[in-house]
Amino acid sequence: MRHKVDGRLFGRPANQRKALLRGIVTSLLEQQRIETTVPKAKEAKRIAERMITFGIKGDLHSKRQVLSYVTDRAVASKLFSEIAPRFQGRNGGYLRIVQTRQRLKDSAPMAILEFVDYENVKQAKGKAAKEEKASKKTEKKTEKKAEKKEAKK
Amino acid sequence: MANPTHRHSKARRDKRRQNWKGAAPSLGQCPECKELKLPHRACTSCGAYNGNKVLEIVEK
Repeated sequence: MRHKVDGRLFGRPANQRKALLRGIVTSLLEQQRIETTVPKAKEAKRIAERMITFGIKGDLHSKRQVLSYVTDRAVASKLFSEIAPRFQGRNGGYLRIVQTRQRLKDSAPMAILEFVDYENVKQAKGKAAKEEKASKKTEKKTEKKAEKKEAKK
Repeated sequence: MANPTHRHSKARRDKRRQNWKGAAPSLGQCPECKELKLPHRACTSCGAYNGNKVLEIVEK
């Protein structure tokens, strides 16, 4: 009997299961929004919310706790510097799961796992991308102009 | 070894299988675009969920 045995096994041995979830949580913190299967999203949500709570706490011990789980140091520092301030004063419930579709190949139910303030993040992201594009364009233009000038000479 | 004592006719086999039926999915109407959608799931035609929650839909 497996009464009251918590958590999903994902048909993997413990080490692979742990690595899988660490990877999912890390990319979620990095990308702010990811698409996975519904069970993986549900499992990753618990851990990721714990990570964000560590981020809000922000003391040395919680930093060590996060670093021992997240696979990328840059993502860990992003959690403390960018993500945690957004959720100051919120007690849990930082993430949202929206069920979407059946995956084509194996008909697995898919979901989108995202931060509850993703709309703001998306806008900021879009702006940053636009500005980058714009600056690149102007750069190219000025480069071309310079080239033309040189050609004229 | 335990073995069946009697032959099971095709009729008996098929009668047993009569009750293996598929069920139609319970579909609801998307409040945004009025298409049919599965409950608790984002609409697959317009990408809306709970009002303004929109996922990008890529037109093919």
